[in-house]
Amino acid sequence: MTTDEKALLPVEHNPLASMPHDTHGGTSNPVLGMILFITSEVMFFGGLFAAYFNLRANAPQWPPEEFAHTLKILPFVGPATILLIISSFTCQWAVWAIRRDDRTVFIRGMAVTVVLGIVFLLMQITDYAFLGQEGLTLASGQFGTTYYTLTGFHGAHVFGGVVMLSVILYRGMAGQFSGRHYDAVEGASLYWHFVDVVWILLFSLLYLLPGKG
Amino acid sequence: MATTTLAPTAPTYRTGLYAWLTTTDHKKIGVLYVVNSFLFFFIGGLLALGVRTELAAPGLQFLTDTQYNEFFTMHATFMIFLFIIPMLAGFSNYVVPLQIGAPDMAFPRINALSFWMLPLGGILLLLGFVTGGTAAAGWTSYAPLSEDRPLAATGYGQDLWIMALVLIGTSSILGAINFLVTIFKMRAPGMTLFRMPILVWTVVVTSVLVLMATPVITSVLIMLFIDRNYGGSFFQPPGGDPILYQNIFWFYSHPAVYVMILPAMGFISEILPVFSRKPLFGYKAFVFATAAIGALGFSVWAHHMFTTGAVYLPFFSIMTFLIAVPTGVKMFNWVFTMWRGQLMLKTPLLFALGFLTMFLIGGINGAFSASVPVDFALHDTYWVVAHLHYVLFGGSVFGVMAATYYWFPKMTGRMLNETVGKAQFVLMFIGFNATFFPMHQLGLLGMPRRIADYASNTGWQDLNIVATIGGFTIAASMVLFLWNVFLSLRSGPVAGDDPWEANTLEWATTSPPPAYNFDRLPEIRSERPLFDVRHGRTSVH
Repeated sequence: MTTDEKALLPVEHNPLASMPHDTHGGTSNPVLGMILFITSEVMFFGGLFAAYFNLRANAPQWPPEEFAHTLKILPFVGPATILLIISSFTCQWAVWAIRRDDRTVFIRGMAVTVVLGIVFLLMQITDYAFLGQEGLTLASGQFGTTYYTLTGFHGAHVFGGVVMLSVILYRGMAGQFSGRHYDAVEGASLYWHFVDVVWILLFSLLYLLPGKG
Repeated sequence: MATTTLAPTAPTYRTGLYAWLTTTDHKKIGVLYVVNSFLFFFIGGLLALGVRTELAAPGLQFLTDTQYNEFFTMHATFMIFLFIIPMLAGFSNYVVPLQIGAPDMAFPRINALSFWMLPLGGILLLLGFVTGGTAAAGWTSYAPLSEDRPLAATGYGQDLWIMALVLIGTSSILGAINFLVTIFKMRAPGMTLFRMPILVWTVVVTSVLVLMATPVITSVLIMLFIDRNYGGSFFQPPGGDPILYQNIFWFYSHPAVYVMILPAMGFISEILPVFSRKPLFGYKAFVFATAAIGALGFSVWAHHMFTTGAVYLPFFSIMTFLIAVPTGVKMFNWVFTMWRGQLMLKTPLLFALGFLTMFLIGGINGAFSASVPVDFALHDTYWVVAHLHYVLFGGSVFGVMAATYYWFPKMTGRMLNETVGKAQFVLMFIGFNATFFPMHQLGLLGMPRRIADYASNTGWQDLNIVATIGGFTIAASMVLFLWNVFLSLRSGPVAGDDPWEANTLEWATTSPPPAYNFDRLPEIRSERPLFDVRHGRTSVH
């Protein structure tokens, strides 16, 4: 059949006939949706980062005198960072597994990722407790406000990611994913990578960037 | 008694109220958006009448200072966040999947979620009235004014306002994602990007703006919330920066201005060709102009902040002037679409003409304000109130009314009454100009915005009375509109599939369309597939 003959055929549009819309090729609907959602999240963190840089630039000294060494005492920041980066790799490991229809490895990779995410959150809570003892709170001037807002919102996103990956894990164990059906896995993994990248930026900003004044 | 053993015991489809509450059909959700938005339009309108009543004469007769602050704050909040933005999104929700030949939006359940966040946000805002006072720091809620409880407003209104806006913003973001995926992934065969109806293009650009800008206001609202409730100090001196709030706020709120006008431009770009019996003049120029407005929209936010002394004036001034160029391109598109066309002066065209003329005034008085020295004189006067209402009411609301008259037959299957419609247009046009044109002069005379009272020797009263009479005239025109809808739903003439002999795919199905939208689609070989069908241009050569 030539292309022109095809063009003359009526296009049936009942709900089932519409399914080929989704298989025109290229990025699938859920993955494209997730990429767009991540774009909006980038802008959200962009607003918070902008506020951080603005306040830091206005401050005569950063961190302020009384908190000059507070962040350096935190025991879990380094390990937590390494674990979160590793979790991105285990997550991708799981994605590659389900792409080649290997459900066992997929479930293993997902489970490890979820556990690493939970450990990261527990470590962050412990660090918060230490900081509380040192007297750094949301109300401790611009330094405390920006520190807790940035890390807190990142933590909330990690929590969201853990919930998302747990649902994926649960659905995976129920046998809902295969080498032909794994869009949700791709989407959740993209989100997890995004959360990881935000943490690398935050870590560099809060713990590596030299202070001023 | 006859046996009916074979009859189903329960209906296959959900019916009645339950069907509307649980629907994921983009058309029903679109109708819900439109009805909900009109509801908040009336609430916001009543608040505006309160403001106008108070300003009719010097002295405080009708409202207290605090009530006045609450009224104008909630008026703007309802009109912007619960009327204009969702109304445009609602019509787009209904029309866009039909226009691109898709069976529904890409994510129907997220679509329903987007809608249901809106009434919830509205309820949060209204709760302020019964919990000791709503937000009263203006719709901009500048910090630190919004951080101290302004002018004796002691309740949780400001916090409720923040929560409501975050909720409504999330609804917009999810909606934008939904539109973009739908438009990029679910077009019918043959519907290439440059065969998409212009409305679809404006929705693409609008969705990108929402996607990139709305999360930024979410971030600033959260900072404000932390400052107010957890002892944060983002915006509180010492060390905190009130200008920071304004920068982030306007980084969202200027693109948001285009979110509030671009789909309305899409509406009239659908209507003008149909009622001029001509194709849209300069389709591609229009598309690129729309994209240019979207891109430039991110580089002009600080023109709201000229008088802060904290922004680089020449840059933001020149970028603001530049926006007039793509907007001018669109003006030419519209005017030359009508040029030598066979104009059918039906109500949708009248409202579209209202948009053209009033938006032109709003654009020109906006260009005045883009000039830094002029802006220093006019900042925070009634000139600004006049300008923003000429673009948002003269532009967007006239666009919404045009869209309502144009697509109502598709949504309900019945025509609205032309005579009542024309009467409504005349009343609204006169009322609108009577309300807002005098505000130019009030601004030039130096009357500041957001004040409840003015001295009797200022000479502002005559113009204020005209504006108040105009405000009630607009209200009367909306009563006519409600009467028209009532008449139509009760006994309006049946519309048929394509009452306007229009060009785009939504008219290729029944009115209202079935749940799955199309039984079959015509071949799509241009941006006007139905025109091609009517004139036999679909045969293959």
